[in-house]
Amino acid sequence: MLPVITGFIDELRSAGVPVSMVEAIDGMKAVEAIDLGSRVALRETLRATLVKNLRHERAFDTAFDIYFSTLPLPTQDDEPVDQDSQSEESGGGQGGSGDPEIDRQDLFDALLEALSNLDSEALRRGVRDAVDQLAGMEPGRPVGGTYYLYRTMRRLDLAQLQADLLEALTGDEDLSEFERRLLTEEVEGLIERLREEIQDEIRRRLVADRGREAVAKTLRRPLIEDIDLMHATSNDLAEMEAAIGPLTRKLAARLARRRKRRTGRLDFRRTVRRSLATGGVPADPQFRHPRPHRPEVWLLCDISGSMATFSRFTLQFTHAMSTHFSKLRTFAFVDTIDEVSNFFGPGIDFGSAVSRITTEAEVVWLDGHSDYGNSIETFYSRYGSQLTPRTTVIVTGDARNNYRPPRDLVLGEVAKKSRAVVWLNPEPKAYWDTGDSAMSSYGRHCTSVHEVRTLRQLEDFVETLTLPTGNPVQNR
Amino acid sequence: MTLEESHFASPSSVTEGLASVDYLADERIAQVVFLAERLGKPVLVEGPAGVGKTELAKSVAGLTGRPLVRLQCYEGLDEAKALYEWNYKKQLLRIQADVDHDWDAISHDIFSEEFLLERPLLEAIRSSEPVVLLIDEVDRVEVETEALLLEILSDFQVSIPELGTMEANTHPLVFLTSNNTRELSEALKRRCLFLHIDYPDADREQAILTARVPDLSEHLASQVAKVARSIRSLDLKKAPSVSETIDWARTLLALSVDEVDEAVLGDTLHVLLKYQADIERAAKELTSSPQG
Repeated sequence: MLPVITGFIDELRSAGVPVSMVEAIDGMKAVEAIDLGSRVALRETLRATLVKNLRHERAFDTAFDIYFSTLPLPTQDDEPVDQDSQSEESGGGQGGSGDPEIDRQDLFDALLEALSNLDSEALRRGVRDAVDQLAGMEPGRPVGGTYYLYRTMRRLDLAQLQADLLEALTGDEDLSEFERRLLTEEVEGLIERLREEIQDEIRRRLVADRGREAVAKTLRRPLIEDIDLMHATSNDLAEMEAAIGPLTRKLAARLARRRKRRTGRLDFRRTVRRSLATGGVPADPQFRHPRPHRPEVWLLCDISGSMATFSRFTLQFTHAMSTHFSKLRTFAFVDTIDEVSNFFGPGIDFGSAVSRITTEAEVVWLDGHSDYGNSIETFYSRYGSQLTPRTTVIVTGDARNNYRPPRDLVLGEVAKKSRAVVWLNPEPKAYWDTGDSAMSSYGRHCTSVHEVRTLRQLEDFVETLTLPTGNPVQNR
Repeated sequence: MTLEESHFASPSSVTEGLASVDYLADERIAQVVFLAERLGKPVLVEGPAGVGKTELAKSVAGLTGRPLVRLQCYEGLDEAKALYEWNYKKQLLRIQADVDHDWDAISHDIFSEEFLLERPLLEAIRSSEPVVLLIDEVDRVEVETEALLLEILSDFQVSIPELGTMEANTHPLVFLTSNNTRELSEALKRRCLFLHIDYPDADREQAILTARVPDLSEHLASQVAKVARSIRSLDLKKAPSVSETIDWARTLLALSVDEVDEAVLGDTLHVLLKYQADIERAAKELTSSPQG
């Protein structure tokens, strides 16, 4: 047992979950105290002792399924025959031969019945058959489980299954819209359960085939803070949004703590006044209260299709930290620019503010493709006179200008009138200046240019922004 | 292991025991409570408001028959309110009472246990019978104050400079709850077992409703649970908590409703949801046909 658990802890650490030595020892002690016959008991025991953050639970679940999966259940059919039909299936491609088609109908009916009767035993049997026939798994092939999952799900025709299930559960009753909705949600839950069962089955077989470490490596996914914003799935995005709240609070607490410690310059007048009490000896030096450094921040966000998610996160993060800035103005642009500061404010729901930007702000001038040149020029002519040496201008976008003139000299003018111009680019550094990216033409005029691809990088950036150094951000 | 520590034979006996005091625990909760008792470690319970975090500690206290000592955390909580305080008035009286004694004797005398005021944390470990210690909403105290808890959580002792180390007479069962409004320190988390309680699934919520509102019919309980699940899937400012669904079920019972339909829902949604925007949103979503 011990080597399996240490291997499991290693896997958690490689996935980015910080498991300390003490926690590992606690985990071992706890495992000694429980009944090892129960998989759930083992899972919850390890979870309670090793994972101390909700955001790490997904990584835990994946790793646990790999390291402590039950062995694949033996199939009733003869193995070699099964292999044959599999290779035939995968070779035949989409069409398939006549026989599997009939099988598929049987399979479909079996799953439908299992789901509508909530019969987990039958469901497991159905899932096993489904993976046998539809996944077309090949031993030794180094692909992740998602490929097989996708393949099985596509061949199962889930939309039909869902519709039939809904019908089966409705029966002859006449449902109101409201009842129908509740039922639909129930069916969706069942389908989700089917999906999980299939995924488990596939994972079990992969582990049996290729061993734990290999599977764990292909399935390892980055933590929420480290997911690439440009390639996040909608599930990831939802989780990221939930994570932003705690991240900003953590950052705010860190900033507040740092601020408290710093003492200001010597206050000569008050020190001399105090020294009268000690006969003119300045025994008790007095210091000025440090003036909190609150920069004025202007945020320029590209909200065109490709940049929308990134801009959304930048907006959310910056607005969550708005108490740390003396003033925060927000501008949105696609091929022209508009000020959207009024859409945000205390008590206003962030989501509705963002949707107002897309509907109400005048950000499209010609065709709705990004035009940084025109946006910056419009920005300078409309708001340039209000720039002061205390203003930090932050531009977020990939600088992909659709081969239009960059007019980067205007950005130079903006930089001259403001304290700093910072550019945040969500693209990997290697892609800058490829194709229609005009990053280096703009970068020349910026105080610094940052690659910000994950929430962690975004958090780091916002923290440096509030630092009271002469130059707000150093290029890293 | 002392006798009182073998309260639970297995996680399933925890589930049964908690069910007998009307707390329906799922596998995860039962397992962690079982472990906490076996290993003598504190449990950090995290989760959205109103899913029964505090109730868990109360139920465990009720089940084991241990008294519950509760420390409600808030911003500005300090040593004097959490751990112990010297009884200054009594100390002053003592000094004034005998002027004849020399200073050494008195100064030695006034820093003794007689002049110590026990606050919840000290009380919990000095108690002659084992207690359940509930440190509620620990995320409300400042990061610095969190450090006060560390000694008691890992070693069950409190160090008082004038007296020395006060060790525990009995091991309390400790529950800390947090709404996760801020990240707790690593040091605190490391000393605890972590338990995240989420909203229950529809079946468990139905069971909770039946247990808490005994007059509720099976059918209505199932409907209430399903509506609650449906509303929680929407993007709302504040999702309805379990306590709010219980309130809602009681309301429906009081109105002698036996079937939830759109009209009933529209009239009573304000029991479940506390923001006008949420109420409008939910009413609109629930009574329109589902997409797809």
